[in-house]
Amino acid sequence: MFRAILVLLCLIAAPAASAKTGGLMHYNADLSDEASLQRGARIFVNYCMSCHSAAYMRFNRVGRDLGIPESVLKTNLMFGTDKPGETMTVAMDPAEAEKWFGVAPPDLSVTARARGDDWLYTYFMTFYRDPARPTGVNNIAFRDVAMPHVLWELQGWQRAVYRDEPGADGKPVKVFDGFEQLTPGKLDAAGYERTVRDLVNFLVYLGEPIKLKREKIGIWVIAYLLVLLSVVYLLKREYWKDVH
Amino acid sequence: MSTVVKALTGLRDWVDARFPLTKSWNEHMAKYYAPKNFNLWYFFGSLALMVFGIQIVTGIWLTMNYKPAADLAFASVEYIMRDVEWGWWIRYMHSTGASAFFIVVYLHMYRALLYGSYKKPRELLWIFGMLIYLTLMGEAFFGYLLPWGQMSYWGAQVIISLFGALPIIGDDLALWIRGDFVVSDVTLNRFFAFHVIAFPLVLCGLVGAHLLALHEVGSNNPDGVEIKKHKDANGVPLDGIPLHPYYTVKDMVIAILFLILFFIVVFFIPEMGGYFLEHANFVPADPLKTPEHIAPVWYFTPFYAILRAVPNQLGGVLAMGAATMLFFFLPWLDRSPVKSIRYRGWKYRTALGVFTVCFLTLGWLGMQPPTPTFTLMARVCSVLYFAFFLLMPVYTANDTDRPVPDRVTG
Repeated sequence: MFRAILVLLCLIAAPAASAKTGGLMHYNADLSDEASLQRGARIFVNYCMSCHSAAYMRFNRVGRDLGIPESVLKTNLMFGTDKPGETMTVAMDPAEAEKWFGVAPPDLSVTARARGDDWLYTYFMTFYRDPARPTGVNNIAFRDVAMPHVLWELQGWQRAVYRDEPGADGKPVKVFDGFEQLTPGKLDAAGYERTVRDLVNFLVYLGEPIKLKREKIGIWVIAYLLVLLSVVYLLKREYWKDVH
Repeated sequence: MSTVVKALTGLRDWVDARFPLTKSWNEHMAKYYAPKNFNLWYFFGSLALMVFGIQIVTGIWLTMNYKPAADLAFASVEYIMRDVEWGWWIRYMHSTGASAFFIVVYLHMYRALLYGSYKKPRELLWIFGMLIYLTLMGEAFFGYLLPWGQMSYWGAQVIISLFGALPIIGDDLALWIRGDFVVSDVTLNRFFAFHVIAFPLVLCGLVGAHLLALHEVGSNNPDGVEIKKHKDANGVPLDGIPLHPYYTVKDMVIAILFLILFFIVVFFIPEMGGYFLEHANFVPADPLKTPEHIAPVWYFTPFYAILRAVPNQLGGVLAMGAATMLFFFLPWLDRSPVKSIRYRGWKYRTALGVFTVCFLTLGWLGMQPPTPTFTLMARVCSVLYFAFFLLMPVYTANDTDRPVPDRVTG
């Protein structure tokens, strides 16, 4: 009975986990690649932090965790009057920002934990030209997004291509069928994809900085408990000789 | 050496003359006789006690840095996760502990259904246990608001509005609970008070009463026979062994096994795929933006599915209430002379099997967005859920029970 319940619990968990990622591209963030995280930090500071804050994160924590010396941190990742011990805030006034974009750019500290790596990867990969939007761009992962395509310089511009497919009522419906590059960016497709991976890796790290270390600590904790288990089991067996 | 022993013995005698130290120790540990045939199902009680301890201790440390204010709460949780030394570890133990508490308590309750532990003379023990369960649900509900994420906020909004469905007093009751017209800073502040003081105090008292009642009547066992019927010349049950040291050492083994699983979650999968920490709760609470899909945490979902299965809102609220309250009446609904599933007939076995499947299915349905098929499934399962309780006097009265042995078999 006990085992049957455990099996049932596993069955419940499987479909719920897969439903989350419906229709998205797949990417598993890799936090073991320190160079990638460092590049991601640079992209984040240069492109995202003009508008978005990471108000729960401190500059020197990023430096410490990602092996960036404080002098490099100060010259390459920090601008203006920020001090290394301060949190990664922006000067943009949220009320003004709301006037410009229609919505204030959200803080990105824990965005990766709410959205997940698949979503972020898809989001950065699927900006496309859409003249109907005030910013001139739209996005596959985030329909009618208010954010302009900040990385356009790197990616260049692309257009969404649709094909006709018979709908449920017989009338043809437009189905998204990929992108067509309109103008080249500074990076080629592979280079841009690598940049997006770096940025997603950094955002996932930013969402939970301790993720870099907690699994390593966990191995020691479990190893200790296994040793303790064997000792306590022998103790139990010794006592229970009286009973059996 | 002997002078040290003498001094300690002297101290013990001094205390014993003024406080029932040795007496209590013997009564509850060294000379409390537990059946020798406990199986794995009998360890969830002590595990629940341990998880309670984990929650209290981690909770104390969390309150040292948590700020129960609408504009500070979310940030203070992230402060704990990043800037407080080992804060992430304490927080993950607390969030994993909440789910772990319900897992062990559900299994502990299920044990009672398997072996008839609620039956005479353990009715009051069962009622104390049910009160613990209800208090725990409240404790979890209040605690879930504190991180002040989107799911915290809207989950609380939905559950409090259920009280608003009650006739006449509903709206005023919901207003009284919230202390405001919507869930707000005022609500967060009072939920914090309930979560860290009021409900833990009630839980401590109830757990004490639960243990006292248990040690008064003695533990049931997988055979469902009373070990007190057969005692030796000294009045010691023949099938009993002292709780200490035999079950304390065995509890330690089980506790470490449990902690291995517990820390695998804490260190490797703290979100548990969104079941223990929901993804949407990493977005700060926004009273102006309702999430597309509001689902309670997994331990409430069977009752949430029952609520949604009833077409009428008030009816749903009452059904959900009844679904939890019916457990209280089990000692009187069950007419079988046999306690343990080992000697019960096919009727109770079938009923319990159907109930188990329905409960788990409802739990799963409660997490899904409602569709016509799912709603139909939820309705069928809800009817069977209630049938398990309401038809119990009928199917247990004339079941094909088998003879129960005189002594324990294990």
